Amino acid sequence: MNVSEYKGVFVFAERRDGAVQKVAYELLGMGRGIADALGEPLAAVLLGSGLKDSEAAELIAFGADEVILVDHPDLGVYMTEPYTKAVVKAIAERKPGVVFFGATTIGRDLAPRVSARVKTGLTADCTALAVEDGTRNLLMTRPAFGGNIMATIVCPEHRPQMSTVRPGVMRKLERDGARKGRVSRLAVEIEAKDRNVEILEVVSEKVARKNIEDSTVLVSGGRGLGSPENFRKLDLVADELGGLVSASRAVVDLGWVGQDRQVGQTGKTVRPDLYIACGISGMIQHIAGMEDSGFIVAVNKNSGAPIFEYADLGIVTDVNRLVPALAEELKAAKAER
Amino acid sequence: MNIVVCVKQVPDTTEVKIDPATGTLVREGIPSIINPDDKSGLEAALELKDQVGAKVTVLSMGPPQAELALREALAMGADEAVLLSDRAFGGADTWATSTTLAAALRKLDWDLVVCGRQAIDGDTAQVGPQIAEHLGIPHVSYVSELKVEGEAVVVKRAFEDGYQRIRAKFPCLVTALKDMNKPRYMSVGGVFDAYRKTIPVWGLADLDVDPANIGLKGSPTRVKSSYTKGTKSAGKVYEVDPKEGARIIVERLKEKFII
Repeated sequence: MNVSEYKGVFVFAERRDGAVQKVAYELLGMGRGIADALGEPLAAVLLGSGLKDSEAAELIAFGADEVILVDHPDLGVYMTEPYTKAVVKAIAERKPGVVFFGATTIGRDLAPRVSARVKTGLTADCTALAVEDGTRNLLMTRPAFGGNIMATIVCPEHRPQMSTVRPGVMRKLERDGARKGRVSRLAVEIEAKDRNVEILEVVSEKVARKNIEDSTVLVSGGRGLGSPENFRKLDLVADELGGLVSASRAVVDLGWVGQDRQVGQTGKTVRPDLYIACGISGMIQHIAGMEDSGFIVAVNKNSGAPIFEYADLGIVTDVNRLVPALAEELKAAKAER
Repeated sequence: MNIVVCVKQVPDTTEVKIDPATGTLVREGIPSIINPDDKSGLEAALELKDQVGAKVTVLSMGPPQAELALREALAMGADEAVLLSDRAFGGADTWATSTTLAAALRKLDWDLVVCGRQAIDGDTAQVGPQIAEHLGIPHVSYVSELKVEGEAVVVKRAFEDGYQRIRAKFPCLVTALKDMNKPRYMSVGGVFDAYRKTIPVWGLADLDVDPANIGLKGSPTRVKSSYTKGTKSAGKVYEVDPKEGARIIVERLKEKFII
């Protein structure tokens, strides 16, 4: 394989329920830096049914030089094989040097299938990407061993260099409506045999659910709270701060709250402006999901809890008595203003 | 119905600690376990065996001691086990690993292949879908419920904000989520039987695979460097009563203009 034939950076712009997902813009923000470092163009690949020009325009406003639209009735709802076929075709025609996917339940399903088909490497769940001086290889850094180790992976002899990237880690650019870019369309043939599974039902559960990754304040609870009743009192503090309640894996496993609220290696990566850890000891798997938060407050009765190593402010006390007191203090502070 | 379950023996990463002096992983005394997602995949296969009848074979690639994970699977109720172990397989990334496992699967009889979604030591979730691609069969990942209807599986496939119910005809591959069930314990009789069974060990010579596509040599990706994460310097810690603690927090949030 002649790696020098492969040029440009692709971002798979994930679209669900007719809407381009936030992770697509995050990837464009990061991909813009990689493309500039390489001196090569950045393209967003958008798959769907009934794609609108306004969607392409948004992707350009957030950093894409080009948007490649693949519009087909069979791409409306995610299905592995038709999506794989479309992405593989885009790669075969355009020969990008780099392809990024979000490390979502779609990206982590699609990217391995694509990598196996085009016979190239794939690095999962990257949290940092860079271009190596000299070789111009992509340096893909990811956590392993439950976040205990960071490994930097390269894919020197195969192209494209592919990775999935953790949602919530990369920053999107400021929207620039004046940015210019090109929109092109790619045709893909999807036959009956490509629809090789049958989707019987599509159920959306996002009603009434808020996404902890989008919240600027998180009040997070762990096993140290002792009971689901105490856990629910975190709402008092979250409401005063206009934030959401999140949780450690331990309490999700105990069933106190749904998995969509789980922070950590096997949950979500968050970086709110304020993260208040209540009764969370701070296993490394949890830390991996929240350590980049702006300001971290930890409350725990055990002064030896590892969470204090990562906190900007630590309070060693009875967390269940602190929570209502904190809600009161916050209410009073608000009244003063 | 024949089911092959792919399992990986992994260190229990919840037990892994960093040596603060050297900044390296302390691996001594860390127990090895069957990867949790894989174990739930095995349980799902064993439930199908109980309900509709199936022959369940477990397949693992790893060093010779991975045999222990296969013995545990047999003691849980699997019928047969195969260990893929050869120095030539070592150092493989997900592409080369899936190539090796696919080559072994071509030698086995199955309607359904079950893998765990991801292993807790690598967390990649790539090997299952890549095996399916190498075998040219459909796959469904993130499966939280599984049943058999005729010559197909009907599964619940989880997404961040919902799910799909999907029917996939045999032959196909699914990747299982840990939450789908609670794996059974080994039975006393099962343990006894498990240690009477022989577990064939297949090496490179037993597989129809291009040696250039396996192990370290067949891996498109390389680990360039690795490091343990240093901790940032900790902030101030106060040991105070709850009311005072609340007051300190609010004061600091005001200083930081967070409130």
